[in-house]
Amino acid sequence: MTSTPAAAALDLEAIRRDFPILQRAVRDRRLVYLDNAATTQKPRTVIDAVSRFYAEENANIHRGVHLLSQQATFAYERSRGRLGTFINAADNSELIFLRGTTEAMNLVAHSFVRPRLAPGDEILVSHMEHHSNIVPWQLLCEEKGASLRVIPMDDAGALCLDEYERLLTERTRIVAVAHASNALGTINPVADMTAMAHARGVPVVVDGAQGVPHMPVDVQALGCDFYAFSGHKVFAPSGVGVLYGKRQHLEAMPPYEGGGSMIRTVSFEGSTWAPPPTRFEAGTPNIGGAIGMEAAVDYVNGLGMEAIAAYEDELLVYATEQLSEIEGLRLIGTAPQKVSVLSFVMADAHPHDIGTILDMEGVAIRTGHHCAQPTMARYGVPATARASMAFYNTREDVDALVAALHKVKEVMG
Amino acid sequence: MSELRELYQQVILDHNKTPRNFGKLDCATCEQEGFNPLCGDHLHVYVRLDDDEVIEEIAFEGSGCAISRASASLMTEALRGHTVAEAMALFERFRTLVTSSTDSEPDLEGLGKLAVLAGVREFPMRVKCATLAWHTMKAAVEGDEAVTTE
Repeated sequence: MTSTPAAAALDLEAIRRDFPILQRAVRDRRLVYLDNAATTQKPRTVIDAVSRFYAEENANIHRGVHLLSQQATFAYERSRGRLGTFINAADNSELIFLRGTTEAMNLVAHSFVRPRLAPGDEILVSHMEHHSNIVPWQLLCEEKGASLRVIPMDDAGALCLDEYERLLTERTRIVAVAHASNALGTINPVADMTAMAHARGVPVVVDGAQGVPHMPVDVQALGCDFYAFSGHKVFAPSGVGVLYGKRQHLEAMPPYEGGGSMIRTVSFEGSTWAPPPTRFEAGTPNIGGAIGMEAAVDYVNGLGMEAIAAYEDELLVYATEQLSEIEGLRLIGTAPQKVSVLSFVMADAHPHDIGTILDMEGVAIRTGHHCAQPTMARYGVPATARASMAFYNTREDVDALVAALHKVKEVMG
Repeated sequence: MSELRELYQQVILDHNKTPRNFGKLDCATCEQEGFNPLCGDHLHVYVRLDDDEVIEEIAFEGSGCAISRASASLMTEALRGHTVAEAMALFERFRTLVTSSTDSEPDLEGLGKLAVLAGVREFPMRVKCATLAWHTMKAAVEGDEAVTTE
């Protein structure tokens, strides 16, 4: 976490003007939005792109011969291409538009892992996973008589790679791991972990929901078999997301949902499937959402993901120092490599009370278990308060958070 | 700040720090658990009823925010010595209070010390914290399954 010249390249005043919601007041105060791991705010360009689509180009895709349908299809597929370049996929057909990361994990579970899972087989996840990267695997394990194994983490919230090595066995059918933890902020070494899994012939799916918003992602460099992320966590609308999958996997996989678009031929005797990615996009997709994702990627590319990562690193260092000075505050998640997420508990205040008091000060954070109950259990807490930052947050936001936390101590006495 | 002071009154902070009737009740005739899965609150309510359905003893334990702990503590004080029917009526009055509109003055009649929780009206997201113990008490005396509020 060192300062780089790239960080200085971000013009925060201009960036903040690009986000209309950051101009509004909440409870007669300046909005200090620190709930970016839950969802991010949208720049004007994304809002305008979605609005323009519905105002000027709206039609269904891949079916009409009319001009609007051609334009909508072109825009939708252009977005797929832009996103493919963004994460450096080898081919655009390796990107599937879905509702989000949750649906992506369920798709991988159903169409990739399920057919190759036998009783006694193992699925390997990490202790810090979001429920969306635990529950789909549990459902599958129950159905198939397989078992879920868990990569442990140390007290700082870093995965124990020695244990991981031992847990990779001839029964392991998939490794499912977060690129970054939503509850702790830990960045996992997914490239190394993929190499270790591949050395034993085990495929890897990465939950990238908290990775893509914070750092450059190159799926070919990571080497993973699948990588999933959500639009709404990367400055695009909710209800849309992407699953990247290596072409040879996608081609061999059965459909996830049946319906229109995903077929080649349909008869009552039987149907045949379209090639990927269409095979996995049954029904009319979230076309406006996909167009919003393209605009979001254009926006962050304009800033540069390297510059964003460097700036957020600096901000995280500052925020960590400032929070550490508050008496009675304990940070949960102090791994050496982190995205800009600060989970914490306080001696005299339950996270829920912290959240309410901060809200009255205009500071929006998340409180609760963050859909990561096993992570909470690992630290012996029912819940944490979590401040999560994006590139549009500033030291001023951190200072407002710190001032509000002092108010918490004052109110809770 | 005035809403915050109203929400976190001294009585509430006191019951949060030093909850009354806190701990397991070994002689309980009925008990139940209550969860708020969204925030991780988890309470256990124990009740000892006599043959006439009068609450002889009531206690709770578990973890939660200041509002849920204080509300549970105040509930145990309010319900001891009352019949189940009276407890249900008080629950209804209490729920009406914390969910009532902030446009008019709160109706505090018959609520006694529970009136200190009137400030919850200003915070709709906290109503479930204030009512978790009550829902759990109701499930305990009626023999229902564990309570989940979201």
